[in-house]
Amino acid sequence: MNDFYIILTASLVSASCALLGSFLILRRMAMVSDAISHAVLPGIVIAFLVSGSRDSLTMLIGAGAIGMFTTFLIEFFHKKARLQTDASIGVTFTWLFAIGVVMISLFAGKVDLDQDCVLYGEIAYVPLDVIITQSGINLGPRALYVSGIILIVNLLFILLSYRKLFLTTFDPAFASAIGISVTLWHYVLMGAVSMTTVASFESVGAILVVALLIAPAATAYLLTDNFKTMLLLACLAGIVASITGYYLSVWLDGSIAGAIASMNGVLFMLALVFAPHGILTKKFKAVVH
Amino acid sequence: MNSLVEFLSFTDPNVRYVAFGSVLLTASSAIVGSFTFLNKKSLVGDAIAHAVLPGICLGFLLAGTKNPVALIAGAFITGWISLVLVEFITTKTRIKEDTAIGLILSVFFGIGILMLTVIQKSGNAAQSGLDHFLFGKAAALTGNDLVTFGIVAIVLIAIVLVLFKEFSLLAFDKDYARSIGLPVKRIELILTSLIVLAVVIGIQAVGVVLMAAILITPAAAARFWTDKISVMFLLASLFGAISGLSGAFISYTAPAMPTGPWIVIVISTIAFISFFLAPRRGVISRFVRQANIRKTINDENVLKILYQLGEENQNFTIPRLPDEIISKRFYDTQVLVSILKRLHRHGYVDKNENRWALTEEGRNRAQRIVKIHRLWELYLTTYMHIAPDHVHEDADTIEHLLTPELEERLEQQLGYPKVDPHQSNIPYNN
Repeated sequence: MNDFYIILTASLVSASCALLGSFLILRRMAMVSDAISHAVLPGIVIAFLVSGSRDSLTMLIGAGAIGMFTTFLIEFFHKKARLQTDASIGVTFTWLFAIGVVMISLFAGKVDLDQDCVLYGEIAYVPLDVIITQSGINLGPRALYVSGIILIVNLLFILLSYRKLFLTTFDPAFASAIGISVTLWHYVLMGAVSMTTVASFESVGAILVVALLIAPAATAYLLTDNFKTMLLLACLAGIVASITGYYLSVWLDGSIAGAIASMNGVLFMLALVFAPHGILTKKFKAVVH
Repeated sequence: MNSLVEFLSFTDPNVRYVAFGSVLLTASSAIVGSFTFLNKKSLVGDAIAHAVLPGICLGFLLAGTKNPVALIAGAFITGWISLVLVEFITTKTRIKEDTAIGLILSVFFGIGILMLTVIQKSGNAAQSGLDHFLFGKAAALTGNDLVTFGIVAIVLIAIVLVLFKEFSLLAFDKDYARSIGLPVKRIELILTSLIVLAVVIGIQAVGVVLMAAILITPAAAARFWTDKISVMFLLASLFGAISGLSGAFISYTAPAMPTGPWIVIVISTIAFISFFLAPRRGVISRFVRQANIRKTINDENVLKILYQLGEENQNFTIPRLPDEIISKRFYDTQVLVSILKRLHRHGYVDKNENRWALTEEGRNRAQRIVKIHRLWELYLTTYMHIAPDHVHEDADTIEHLLTPELEERLEQQLGYPKVDPHQSNIPYNN
């Protein structure tokens, strides 16, 4: 049962990340999401201090705010101080991450977080933290519910605002011409990324969530030209990597999150070689001709 | 204050190791990082920093001990592989560079974490301390580390000094470098190797995630103070050294504090101060300059309207009500009055109760604006063949910008014309 809980949680997290990641890589914002995933750390510590627990709602709000702040800061340094984008991203997220690490050491007694958890999460402990009703019925792991709700929220968000997200991604000029605010949707999407990052944080940590955001989407991008198909394939790739990654980690007796990220890399390599326009296919066509 | 004196006297050998080690690391990373910054490859440093982790584990697995040569060699190999892969994915597929960087960075890091956890559970006693690479261990630097860092730092700085011209040329104009016969590929190879080397030793001080900061933040800060590349490099290494020293000092006074993150907080603070306060390029000075330009444009526009009102009556000194100005061009009354008051202070208009009239000085300045506007319209229609009804907006911009030298050349080129394309008179000083 524990295996099942871990795989299911990882799959739910992966699916959320894959959906958002598909938009991110097409908007050329992969590194902004990388920055946000690091920058939410101080937000998480503050939320811990305020609520005194891993109360998910406070944390999601705190993270959403910090994520938007990061996005704003990157834009501000780029537009107002004319700092080149890559440097603007690098300076902003390392600063916020450093503050987060210092805060963890500062409030070590009060904050139930350690540096390892920050880097690669502790998905192995998911089955231990269960919700038990007052009458004593075990409802299953808390993380499962959190990641399930986040996936539903993300699905609803993408279904309801699909047209706006689609247009601002592929044709921002046209979108603003028909009155859709590109800036607004930029920030809304970043808010969603921050919340998903934080919800995934306990399970996979700050850096590996980047693998879940980018890798499945990049794999899917190699396989199709249709955006809706890409969203589906990305989810599928994320889930396959979660399942195979889990068994890889059991076999090697190592970090589950690390193994899932590694499997995401393997899937991407497979797509790179065997995709319709992949390396092998090109070679094969050349030989046939 | 006492602890500062104690710290700076460097009597405690541990303080010496930590302080000198941190300074060496941050200053040499800052120098190498300045080239990544100028090449607009800041995030590549981040990718290498994450990608060396599996290499370090690999080096450990092969050597069986934490032999620094094995670890650095392993790190070097995977750091390089990551760069080659990013390059390959960007050029051979439709995936963009930022996605490729993020992908390689996170997947390599994942592989590294997987290997690290496997090693930790393997029971090999020698593995303890490998996780220093994740968060750095600047506070625990020893004499041996210092020797290694010192040698690497000297090698880095020496190579940068020898190849400074070549590296700079590549950062600014690669095509030119190629055309004068420089071996561009080979120089890039050396530069990338230097970055990998800087990362490999740097992550021992600040850890994987924060490595990008000590590479690029000093350069980003230094860029705001100067346009000269040599000054920029000196400043970047100085900023790096200051942050390294402060980080060491903070963890000396508060041992529970992690050195690496503090180094990054100090260097980021220096960077933010530079972003805002630096002369010319800083946010504040930029803002002041823009506000001044806006003031000048507002002033000149109001003067121009007063002049145009004067043209209608062939009398430029008739006092005008604010509403008469607003009838020509919309202003908020209060804004307009504040502009008029400023013009009054500078002697361009006279005030008589609520009426305002151009002074001699004001008339001259306004006349010049009107003249440039009309000359420019004529220039655009005659030389650029733009329709007369399309030239007004462009002239509205240029009238505030044209220098007296250009103004004179424009007059000569057009032969001191009498009227503009709309048959308005072009006024000259007689």
